[in-house]
Amino acid sequence: MTGQLIRQEQVTPDTFLRGLWEENPVFVMMLGLCPVLAVTNSTINALAMGLATTFVLVSSGALISLLRNLIPKQVRIATYIVIIATFVTIVDYLIQAISLDLYNALGAFIQLIVVNCVILGRAEAYASKQKLPAAVVNALGMGAGFTLALLCLGTVRELLGAGSILGFHLFSANFEPWVVMVLPPGGFFVLGSWLLLFEYLKQRRARKAEAAAEVMAHGS
Amino acid sequence: MAPDSLTFIFLNAALINNFVLALFLGLCPFLGVSAKKETAWNMGLATMFVMLVSSVSAYGINWLLTLLKIEFLRLICYIAVIASAVQLVEMVLKRFSPILFRALGIFLPLITTNCAILGLALFQTNREYDFLQSIAFCIGAGVGFTLALMLMASLREKLALAKVPTVAQGAALSLMLAGLLSLAFMGFAGLGGSHA
Repeated sequence: MTGQLIRQEQVTPDTFLRGLWEENPVFVMMLGLCPVLAVTNSTINALAMGLATTFVLVSSGALISLLRNLIPKQVRIATYIVIIATFVTIVDYLIQAISLDLYNALGAFIQLIVVNCVILGRAEAYASKQKLPAAVVNALGMGAGFTLALLCLGTVRELLGAGSILGFHLFSANFEPWVVMVLPPGGFFVLGSWLLLFEYLKQRRARKAEAAAEVMAHGS
Repeated sequence: MAPDSLTFIFLNAALINNFVLALFLGLCPFLGVSAKKETAWNMGLATMFVMLVSSVSAYGINWLLTLLKIEFLRLICYIAVIASAVQLVEMVLKRFSPILFRALGIFLPLITTNCAILGLALFQTNREYDFLQSIAFCIGAGVGFTLALMLMASLREKLALAKVPTVAQGAALSLMLAGLLSLAFMGFAGLGGSHA
């Protein structure tokens, strides 16, 4: 069994924080982009989608972690998918019961959480190897990172496309909404812009570190 | 055009509500396998085949589940069928075209988690299409997916020769390109009149 050979990770703040920033599922790993672009035309949709995905991530991560020594290696992917699909079905009926408007706004994308690569990726790469606490904390971090990314897109798109955030209008009546932002192309543009911004910041930091290193080298 | 005619369903899935560029389904292969035209074409065909198999099976399953009144199992059954269909394609490809099998690499098993396929099965159920309509819908979706993939691959082949700022290289540029394509596809909305 290879399971015993893998180092069991201690639960540290880093287990949670990694998913939020360093290994952010959307901005860094570029996983699960379909819901990220499709449901972020308003902040509330983005928030609901983020929470639903986090719930599925955490509960499937917990169950897979508990069953990790029982699942035969050959059929593990199929098992994970069935576990994930079960929790997605629960979320699907839950949202339907809580708010039908929200359910209609999100449409098929709630059921499509099943094929969100973030969840399967976490199951395969983390939850299937770690103990319950580590798996849950890591899934929570990933879920928070995913929600954060959704909110980044959702707020920008709602602000520019409708002039409001969470339905509150922020601009005077003279504001002409950029309708394209709430339409499909806007999703691509906003995500592209965020990535440009992060890449620019990363390169600027690298240049600064380089310059600092040079100064140090000359100083000594 | 009547909204439930076969031609309209086909055009709607292929152009007006293109799966990739308007509904954001199947973005992973769209961004991942669109570097070369040839791989993009083969990926498109493989996806279309899986779509056809899973659409027909989803139709059958839905009929059976409705008959037995256990619709809550729909999602689990669909995903199981899709996974088997992908396995089938994988075996066929491995047997008849090992080169193609290697070229597609990890993206072949990942067709299972391609949301375009599950999306297709779910949409056809939600919209209550009959058998022929489902087939038209799934061929339209497949054509639309291949079209988007090919357009993107052609653009990126040209782009490989262009000089772009270092900040914009990689995913950000692909997304901007996809945005422009999506903007162009919005022009097709006029085709469907008010039904779109």
